[in-house]
Amino acid sequence: MPKAILGKKIGMTQIFAEDGTVIPVTVIEAGPCKVAQVKTDEIDGYKAVQLAFGDIKEQKANKPLKGHYKKADLTPSRYLREVELEENEEVKVGDVITADLFKEGDVVDVTGTSKGRGYSGVIKKYNFRIGPKGHGSKYHRGVGSLGAIDPARIFKGRPMPSRWGTERVTIQNLAVVKVDAEKNLLLIKGSVPGIRGSLVTVRKAVKA
Amino acid sequence: MDLIKVVEQQYVKADIPEFRPGDMVRVDYKVVEGGKERIQAFQGVVIKRQGSAIKETFTVRKLSNGVGVERTFPVHSPKVANIEVLRKGKVRRAKLYYLRDRQGKAARIKERV
Repeated sequence: MPKAILGKKIGMTQIFAEDGTVIPVTVIEAGPCKVAQVKTDEIDGYKAVQLAFGDIKEQKANKPLKGHYKKADLTPSRYLREVELEENEEVKVGDVITADLFKEGDVVDVTGTSKGRGYSGVIKKYNFRIGPKGHGSKYHRGVGSLGAIDPARIFKGRPMPSRWGTERVTIQNLAVVKVDAEKNLLLIKGSVPGIRGSLVTVRKAVKA
Repeated sequence: MDLIKVVEQQYVKADIPEFRPGDMVRVDYKVVEGGKERIQAFQGVVIKRQGSAIKETFTVRKLSNGVGVERTFPVHSPKVANIEVLRKGKVRRAKLYYLRDRQGKAARIKERV
């Protein structure tokens, strides 16, 4: 089986544990994902599985993609992503991966595209301190010093205002609280990157 | 269908009695003491209900030895064993924070019939 599954972030809520503890959870509609292509050492030089997730209308796919799906005998899907394959395991084109890839208590890493925050200043983006607001101060939300005078240049990586968010973010070691394979739902403790409705990849934790 | 609601529905209790701010209630709350579970009652006036579905909570206010005590319970928590409505109150606010500033006769609530 592959190490990961594709899903859609639905949103957050909370559930009660048996002892009454409140657990904050993110609901992810995970799968069903179909295997669209298997990459092998002989042909591609590495091993991977290409998963297809989310239905779209036939006419939304362009001709090259339609051909690609036709090869796997699938209908076009919204997302095609490659994921790693578990060692010593095989999958065939057309296999269906469902949420029961994971079980309660598993530890997972979740990858998504973070929320876009637009052009942000250093106060919001890097938690710089705000300057004094009164007493004649004219320094409020500026960047402040950009470094020493001697190097006569600004070092790379200097925190400055710029576009923030909409980047690939992985949160590691989140616990799977509940799996509902029938409804394709994964309940994961805590928050995951991205807006509601965005694509997330749930994979077995690297560090667990 | 809203999948969040589908998830929440499995945890929402169906047998919650109808009660509003102003009502006098007794809440039976499960407490674990030394590995043993027993039920502790908390009786007072509901001063607010907040949130919806699984996230809904309510706050009960009572006077304990002349000191005001408020406790907030999640409505659907498995620790809340039972909620009993003892008296219905007639109030004109959804949040009865004004009771915090009143004592004795001024803190009375008319009965709703």
